[in-house]
Amino acid sequence: MSSDHFIEFRNVSFAYGERPILKNISLTIPRGKLVAIMGGSGSGKTTMLRLIAGQIPPSAGQVLVDGRDVAAMNHAELFEHRRRMGMLFQFGALFTDLSVGDNVAFPIREHTRLPESMIHDLVIMKLAAVGLRGTQALMPAELSGGMARRVALARAIALDPQLMLYDEPFTGLDPISLGVIAHLIKKLNDALGTTSIMVTHDVHKSLDIVDYVYFVSNGEIVADGTPEDIRSSPSPWVHQFMWGEADGPVHFAYPASTSLQQDLGLKGSQHD
Amino acid sequence: MTELLLSPLRRLGHSTINAIWRLGFITRFLLAILRYSGQSLLRFNLTIREIYFAGVMSVIIVVVSGLFVGMVLGLQGYNTLSRFGSADALGALVALSLLRELGPVLAALLFSSRAGSAMTAEIGLMKATEQLDAMSVMAVNPIARVVAPRFWAGVISMPILAAMFNVMGIFGGYLIGVVMIGLDSGTFWSQMQNNVDLHYDVINGLIKSLCFGIVVTLIAVFEGYDATPTAAGVSAATTRTVVTSALVILAVDFVLTAFMF
Repeated sequence: MSSDHFIEFRNVSFAYGERPILKNISLTIPRGKLVAIMGGSGSGKTTMLRLIAGQIPPSAGQVLVDGRDVAAMNHAELFEHRRRMGMLFQFGALFTDLSVGDNVAFPIREHTRLPESMIHDLVIMKLAAVGLRGTQALMPAELSGGMARRVALARAIALDPQLMLYDEPFTGLDPISLGVIAHLIKKLNDALGTTSIMVTHDVHKSLDIVDYVYFVSNGEIVADGTPEDIRSSPSPWVHQFMWGEADGPVHFAYPASTSLQQDLGLKGSQHD
Repeated sequence: MTELLLSPLRRLGHSTINAIWRLGFITRFLLAILRYSGQSLLRFNLTIREIYFAGVMSVIIVVVSGLFVGMVLGLQGYNTLSRFGSADALGALVALSLLRELGPVLAALLFSSRAGSAMTAEIGLMKATEQLDAMSVMAVNPIARVVAPRFWAGVISMPILAAMFNVMGIFGGYLIGVVMIGLDSGTFWSQMQNNVDLHYDVINGLIKSLCFGIVVTLIAVFEGYDATPTAAGVSAATTRTVVTSALVILAVDFVLTAFMF
């Protein structure tokens, strides 16, 4: 069972205080596949990544990575789990006080005792993989948004992870950078054989590269399937999300507790 | 009516509980720093880098302030002492005021506003831009990698800066008393030598500045680590660092003085 499903959510719920974020979610992610989790802002997508990374424990249910419950790991096991995992943050999260080369070298220096000459070669290879060889000496502040995201990607794959987590990898990028990042995500998934999970709300770009999609809304999975399934999905929710329609199953208006007339002090003058 | 009476009471209770909770939190934070200090001190170059940013970069402000404080002490001390016909004691007055009180306290206040605020802002921004998250997801403990080296850099730098402040202050007093006013140089130094005790004055002053180093840096790194990860949150945390440090320095100074002298 655990051999073909690298990640498994079993009836997972999560709440910040009283506010439920995820409600009884169950899903599986097969080994070596590139899977997208899509949904609107605040639908609980990023929370799912944090659960996998073990940054927060679920309120109920289990998150299994390679058959092991992340929340039940002790400190050493959790760090071991994270060492085999790479994560690309929404805005890269490069260390602003380190150069590009030192950023990419960071996980290698922290977790291995390789000699500096070998670290130097590894850094160059990782940067070459994202097309940024020659930028080692630059500081993060000198990079464009797209370049910073690629450096962050090089850092995330520095230790050849078995699992890659992408948190909104396309946010705030121009179309060319976006295409580059999408291409790299696909290429790395195929070349390294990693299992990849991508949280995003960019539908069209994602459907071009992923193997499977889960749609999340209000903490629940509302649709799932291969990109072909999704494109031909009869679900009104998927249709609204795909085509960015203002009103639909997700309402345009915030559910206010008072009517517009009441708010404007026109109470009683009209019906409603 | 009861609501009106109760709400200040409730607020007082709330802020008291909050203050106690934060005190507990900062204590646990200190324990965590000490727990992970071993592995970060083994890589001492991390700490040396922070000593440069926190300590070395504070040298200029500390040295210049020390000089002026010493010169003011020289002027005011001479005016007062000469009224009682004891202007000869100026050297002892300058040295004792600096070594016991002004050196450690003022150097700590300067350090907290120069280096402490920078530490808070830096750690707070690292948190706001998910750098600390990125670190822990890479299985690197941010307390060991980011916080502990800064903490030790502050603890190490503070006594050295206070000593520099003292030296410059004494030199400032000398400039005013001997070079400008024309007191006898030999009297100035010998009075100082006779009245300053190594253990009682110098070592106690050093202990003071070591204590200030610990509390000021702890407050700075804690506020940064605890900051709300937004622009407003980091700015509020930076302000809190400077204000809290100033109050705590003066309060700790009172307690230490009461025990020492």
